[in-house]
Amino acid sequence: MVIGPPGPPGTACAGPFSGNTVPAAHRRYHRGVSETISPVDSAIHARGLTKRFGAFTAVDGVDFDVAPGEAFGFLGPNGAGKTSTMRMIGTVSPVTAGTLTVFGLDPAHNGPRIRSRVGVVPQADTLDNELSVLENLLIYGRYFGLSWAESRRRAVELLDFVQLTERSGDQVEPLSGGMKRRLVIARALINDPEMLLLDEPTTGLDPQARHLLWDRLYRLKQRGVTLCLTTHYMDEAEQLCDRLVVMDKAKIVAEGSPRQLIEQYVTREVLELRFNRDEGDDGAADDTSQLDGQLDGLAERFEQLPDRLLVYTADGDATAAAAFERGLRPASVLVRRSTLEDVFLRLTGRSLIE
Amino acid sequence: MLALRFSLPQAVARPTRMVERNTMVYRHSFMVIFSGFFEPLFYLFSMGFGVGALVGSVALTDGRSVPYAVFVAPALLASSAMNGAIYETSNNFFYKLKYAKLYDAVISTPMSLGDVARGEILWALLRGSLYVVGFLAVIAVLGLGGLGLISSPLGILAFPAAMVVGFGFAGAGMAATTFVRKWQDFDFLQLAIMPMFLFSGTFYPITAYPPALQVFVECTPLYRGVHLIRALTTGTPDVWIAADVIYLIAMGLIGLWIVGKRLHRLLLA
Repeated sequence: MVIGPPGPPGTACAGPFSGNTVPAAHRRYHRGVSETISPVDSAIHARGLTKRFGAFTAVDGVDFDVAPGEAFGFLGPNGAGKTSTMRMIGTVSPVTAGTLTVFGLDPAHNGPRIRSRVGVVPQADTLDNELSVLENLLIYGRYFGLSWAESRRRAVELLDFVQLTERSGDQVEPLSGGMKRRLVIARALINDPEMLLLDEPTTGLDPQARHLLWDRLYRLKQRGVTLCLTTHYMDEAEQLCDRLVVMDKAKIVAEGSPRQLIEQYVTREVLELRFNRDEGDDGAADDTSQLDGQLDGLAERFEQLPDRLLVYTADGDATAAAAFERGLRPASVLVRRSTLEDVFLRLTGRSLIE
Repeated sequence: MLALRFSLPQAVARPTRMVERNTMVYRHSFMVIFSGFFEPLFYLFSMGFGVGALVGSVALTDGRSVPYAVFVAPALLASSAMNGAIYETSNNFFYKLKYAKLYDAVISTPMSLGDVARGEILWALLRGSLYVVGFLAVIAVLGLGGLGLISSPLGILAFPAAMVVGFGFAGAGMAATTFVRKWQDFDFLQLAIMPMFLFSGTFYPITAYPPALQVFVECTPLYRGVHLIRALTTGTPDVWIAADVIYLIAMGLIGLWIVGKRLHRLLLA
């Protein structure tokens, strides 16, 4: 038969960085664990991984390794290249240049073998709306080559795992967003995958639904399933990820555990100061240039946001007191622990969710 | 997993998963399937027997005269096979491809785009075969009632011949659908199907046309299908039936090849 294979023959992985030689430029973010993992031991191994759509570069030479059993995250705003990276790992998007192996296999030539060991939770729910909840899982098991009996056994078990048993005969369309997500996760688990690829698993869900999902993902991690996820929620990354990379404009700008990143790029605490716009003359008080003189030496670093001033400091309370001593009278004062949001702000000068 | 070892090789088995999926869907609304069954029958009764009573008999290529219904029935069978294939590969395939995003989910499994394309063609053929079998069953019943519409033992080959017609149109229809951007574009498809149905020697011999137009009509796929099936049911085979089969199978294969290329572009960005 003359149908083409899923990968274009001979184009993928033929980039300048194929093979084991990694140019120095691509080693920047490989301190620590990464360099000791060989491609065969890695669940995912990427060097100089690049994706271009015509003239647009979606992923620009990124390097990372994901160890088996690890929960690994891509944190970044929309358009940073997270989804493109996930699609290449899932073997549904050919690699433009660089090296990518999944379980030591080349996606261009071993697509079906890789996919048989991976579960995919795409950003948009691609459930089969013409089938019921249970049927969605049954047929998905069949796509993986499971027998009907085995597919049914797993489907029933998974519906229980994601708490959808009582909806099993229902149509998919009327389910809530959270239920659909859980069903997609159940579907992604039908082949008992070694690794789950989750693209923004909780975007658009209410807090309750998110926590239920996080709990299920945490249980999977406990069972040894490798998790690879993208998110633009720092709390999600902190909750779920052992290690993460921060992506911005198609590149990786930082790598480490959530704690490491916070320690490396920001201070322990953040003091948030809000100034009333109508206080003083014509709201000039919330202009940093007015404040600069008064803040000098108060803290290591400042970040002016449209609605508030962030002061990065080891001791928020002490800094707040010092600010009052200098005569600053903010409308509100908040001392909090630093988050990955601050890391991102530090690295890019922008918020994660715009 | 054990059961797998005794089943078909995966490369053959995987396309059948699409058939299983579609069967699951139609279990919910199996009456829809029957819609395509009645259309050719209505034509058979109105044209074959109704208009046929006015027309009387028609001369075949070998000079024999046969009742009009005998002339029209094989053409309606070919049209039915064409319609069955087009139904499934136009609107239904388009919905699954563009709106339901069905295949985006399917290709995250070991299923390949080739498996998807082959599976959907197989499904279109199976669905079309239901219509063909239904139509042939009605003809058989009419035959028992003394209204013999098949006048040659070669008529037994009408079923596989109709499948060949279905394959040709399924491949071409599916290939055309991969270029469709919005529902309105399907009007153009109807613009190709409708005249073929009316003018491809379906209701009268193409000797009614001037020679140049005859050659043109002879090059259309439905004419090849009508010629093939009529030659079998009326017992007037000529060397051209080989051309019919080659033409239709080639059309299906080329269609399938285009579908593979197009799906690659549409789904594997």
